[in-house]
Amino acid sequence: MIPAAFDYVRAGSAEEAIALLGEHGDEAKLLAGGHSLLPMMKLRLAVPSVLVDIGRVSDLSYINDGGDHVAVGALTRHRALETSDLLAAECPLLGHVAGEVGDPQVRHRGTLGGSLAHSDPASDLPAAVLALGGTLVAQGPNGSREIAAGDFFTGYFESALADDEMLTEIRVPKAPGVGWNYQKFNRRAQDWAIVGAAAVTVNGGTNVALVNMGSVPLRASAVEAALAGGASAADAAEQAAEGTDAPTDLNATPDYRNHLARVLTRRALEAAGVS
Amino acid sequence: MEISVTVNGETRTGDVEPRTLLVYWLRDDLRLTGTNIGCDTSSCGACTVHVNGESVKSCTMLAVQADGEDILTIEGLAPSEDELHPMQEAFRQNHGLQCGYCTPGMVMAAVSLLEENPDPSERDVRLGLEGNLCRCTGYHNIVKSVLACAAGETAA
Repeated sequence: MIPAAFDYVRAGSAEEAIALLGEHGDEAKLLAGGHSLLPMMKLRLAVPSVLVDIGRVSDLSYINDGGDHVAVGALTRHRALETSDLLAAECPLLGHVAGEVGDPQVRHRGTLGGSLAHSDPASDLPAAVLALGGTLVAQGPNGSREIAAGDFFTGYFESALADDEMLTEIRVPKAPGVGWNYQKFNRRAQDWAIVGAAAVTVNGGTNVALVNMGSVPLRASAVEAALAGGASAADAAEQAAEGTDAPTDLNATPDYRNHLARVLTRRALEAAGVS
Repeated sequence: MEISVTVNGETRTGDVEPRTLLVYWLRDDLRLTGTNIGCDTSSCGACTVHVNGESVKSCTMLAVQADGEDILTIEGLAPSEDELHPMQEAFRQNHGLQCGYCTPGMVMAAVSLLEENPDPSERDVRLGLEGNLCRCTGYHNIVKSVLACAAGETAA
């Protein structure tokens, strides 16, 4: 399968990429690792007329100690997250979940910023960043702004990014030594999650995020509230499907997904040490 | 668009449409047909090549993205015409192939795997090759081949 024809331009810096986005408007798409965008273009589900390749903006590939948080450049590849000692020590959920994405070949190319900007509710990393309470830094023609992960995912494959903005950095709070777990359920190796659940204990509370339970990655608010009110992990997990809108597809009905959400949330909570 | 790519140690140039996928440039323009196209949807791994030393599915990368990069295909793996790469030799000795269609991708993925993890467990190998499908389901001997290569049983 060959994508529809497009014009290709290469940006040498974030500023150049943003200028190109401003020039071409919503006809343009940023190309990072390409492992979400190119498959959609091959299926003609995405038909951008201009691709702005940011794959060579090398100063956006880093994992740095930001004091109270770990700062990850938007073009950092999944493989770098998976093998980062800093993340393993300070924010192990993110590195672990990166290692659950696709397969090694995909992880050699895919980027954290690309995965988040793509905003696929079935992807692993958006839910991880949501559970961690991360902050996304978007740069536009008038400078940078910070977007809380909870405000970033606005709809099915839609984010809070404006047409002329790009993600430059993702900040995840340091949480060494806390309980965390990610449960991903699929039937075949390398598939997307039919449902996934990420749990992490932070600041005396527990955050839970769900994969593929609606048009956006979701926080399991009812579970979090039940835990805060003193419910056991098993009882709280029974609320996992509350407020979700599970999709129907070849793999699963909403009822089946609701069941998976409850079971996977319980497993994730228990593995994270929440009793 | 003009591109210049190091392929198997040689500088290769071409004029490609931006939408040309790397695998088609390698196969159709450079005639390096050892890299197979299987699913064409980044699922099966038959088109796996190395980009700057790491395994990548060449059906999910544009040729223009490879401009200036270092690509290794199955044709460039063996040290000479008369000698196999240790991983190729391990596949030969352990009968790590049946129809052979997935083999170039399997070998390239396996070489990349051992570069990242030189002493893998059987589980590591199975997980490390999860991006490569063998429709003959010959996985057992493929895993055996990779473990044999890691153990140095097939030094070239």
